[in-house]
Amino acid sequence: MTERIASCFKKAADEGRSVLGVFVTAGDPSEAESDRILDQLVENGADFVELGMPFSDPMADGPAIQAASLRALAGGMTLLKTLAMAKRFRERHADIPLILMGYYNPIYNYNPDKFITDAVDAGVDGLIVVDLPPEEDSELCDPARAAGLSFIRLVTPTTLGNRLANVIEKAGGFVYYVAIAGITGTKSADISSIGNAVGRIKEVTSLPVVTGFGIRTPEQAREAASRGDGVVIGSAIVSLIEEASSAERSQEGAIAGKIGSVCATLSDAVRS
Amino acid sequence: MSDTQLNSYRTLPDDSGRFGLHGGRFVAETLMPLILEVETAYRKTQADPSFASELAYFHKHYIGRPSPLYFAERLTKAYGGAKLYLKRDELNHTGAHKINNVIGQALLAKRMGKTKIIAETGAGQHGVATATACALFDLECEVFMGAEDVRRQKPNVDRMRLLGAKVHAVTSGTSTLKDAMNEALRYWVAHPDTHFYIIGTVAGPHPYPEMVRDFQAIIGTEARAQIIEAEGRLPDALIACIGGGSNAMGLFYPFLDDEDVAIYGVEAAGHGIDTGLHAASLTGGRPGVLHGNRTYLLQNDDGQITDAHSISAGLDYPGIGPEHAWLHDIGRVNYVSATDEEALVQFQQCSRLEGIIPALEPSHALAFASTFLPTIPKDHVVILNMCGRGDKDLEAVLPKLDERGLL
Repeated sequence: MTERIASCFKKAADEGRSVLGVFVTAGDPSEAESDRILDQLVENGADFVELGMPFSDPMADGPAIQAASLRALAGGMTLLKTLAMAKRFRERHADIPLILMGYYNPIYNYNPDKFITDAVDAGVDGLIVVDLPPEEDSELCDPARAAGLSFIRLVTPTTLGNRLANVIEKAGGFVYYVAIAGITGTKSADISSIGNAVGRIKEVTSLPVVTGFGIRTPEQAREAASRGDGVVIGSAIVSLIEEASSAERSQEGAIAGKIGSVCATLSDAVRS
Repeated sequence: MSDTQLNSYRTLPDDSGRFGLHGGRFVAETLMPLILEVETAYRKTQADPSFASELAYFHKHYIGRPSPLYFAERLTKAYGGAKLYLKRDELNHTGAHKINNVIGQALLAKRMGKTKIIAETGAGQHGVATATACALFDLECEVFMGAEDVRRQKPNVDRMRLLGAKVHAVTSGTSTLKDAMNEALRYWVAHPDTHFYIIGTVAGPHPYPEMVRDFQAIIGTEARAQIIEAEGRLPDALIACIGGGSNAMGLFYPFLDDEDVAIYGVEAAGHGIDTGLHAASLTGGRPGVLHGNRTYLLQNDDGQITDAHSISAGLDYPGIGPEHAWLHDIGRVNYVSATDEEALVQFQQCSRLEGIIPALEPSHALAFASTFLPTIPKDHVVILNMCGRGDKDLEAVLPKLDERGLL
């Protein structure tokens, strides 16, 4: 549970490096390939994994992750299957932190209490639910924390004013700094502003701070990672699935292999 | 607080934006500071008499309010029952009730120092109203509209462009109103400092459902005074169509505490509720969270939002305002539905009998009236909200009327 997240950051800190988190959508392009993609990420240096729970109306996501959600749903992905995928992941990878990321409606529809029980049972460490701000904590954050799950908060440039303390109050695991005003994968992060923002956040919390949204290239990853405790890459990885050729689609493991090699490059950059 | 206030249906939302189970503020952190800013600014205008008088000025001299309450004698005769009055909001400038809300929000945006406006639109009526207010108040205007709706509501797209708005054809998801709203919210997230989002219906994160209701309540406030003048008493029933539900909320709200007034909201049943191809969130959906609020939604077993289906682009939305969801839960309002086919028949009949071409949206309300009025006493009085005119629908409707031999 949350110890996995803490030890992941501690291990990296002991080695004097930042952490690489990778986001992929569960069931994209298929359940079986998704399992293989997760293995490739772990084998190629991802320190933690954010597994997207597909939703039909992802309000905070750009075209790449919207398309990933729709591909997964078209292939029959459901929240129940995502939880099963998380459980299989945990059976294969005992120590890698696994975070489920998505939107509230599928969880509300599944039943929040049952979702928390099943997520804990699957070996999930944390949750990011984009459309549950602190104002709605009683819905999921409070019971999830009570069950030992980390509720990871997004902090945005607009949060840095007088909302920061409120947003951080119940945060667990790490703080996810959204480096752009906008949705995933659409703009490049303003690297120079990250250092200041991370400094502000660290004034109010001892949790690690990672940066995401708008980090695409190994160079950006290196720069952003050096200004905090780590980075998350999502759209740049997910786009590889959209761009895959029909030959790659028809060959088991081809897309996963391609993602693995890109992940290795990013991991090298973050560690350098 | 007195007993009557305790029993009032007009005390919500609470401080967290809830109407019972429904409503709330289910938005990404990026948007939270923005909607809190809107709420603070809105509270300030509520306490400021100069805002009310400014709004009243534009109601009278620009929109053309009050809209008449008209006794529809020939429809009354044709339906063969209670007396039918039409609240003529289709006579407003821009041809629908949408302008009532837009003028209010645009004045608010100006007071907040915003210079750019975002809006979503389905049928295009809210887009046209927003483009109109932006021209009037010298604001930049960007309208998000599903690509499918851009195609079926071309005259409104042309009007928006002429008025100086930029129309974004949205191709994500299913290319309809819900996707336009997703895209407008995404755009707002990316432009938090300069833009104000004018939501067109009584939905979205708090305080929008409350604010839009308040700006539309002028419909019911006028109708209440007008029916007392015409009939010397309150009506026996109210009828309005519902997509997101802003025209209905506007008519219903001032009557909610008049418990002898029966209230009917008419959802779009599309091809029929049992076909699954409809837009009736209350009749055929269940509670969920979308676009910043909890309400009844059309969704599948996995909590994925499903497509709405209606001949009327303005009702083609898989959700409904959270206050309607609450009024449904507590039983104060009766929610019923009418099909595409029933609305088409009324579109023609109202045109022929009253010389009023109704929009497809209120044609659904007429469809319910046609079956309901004959079942109640002839001395009963009913008000139906004629919330929009049908000029925008002619291209879609005329071939269908031709096929049915109704032309």
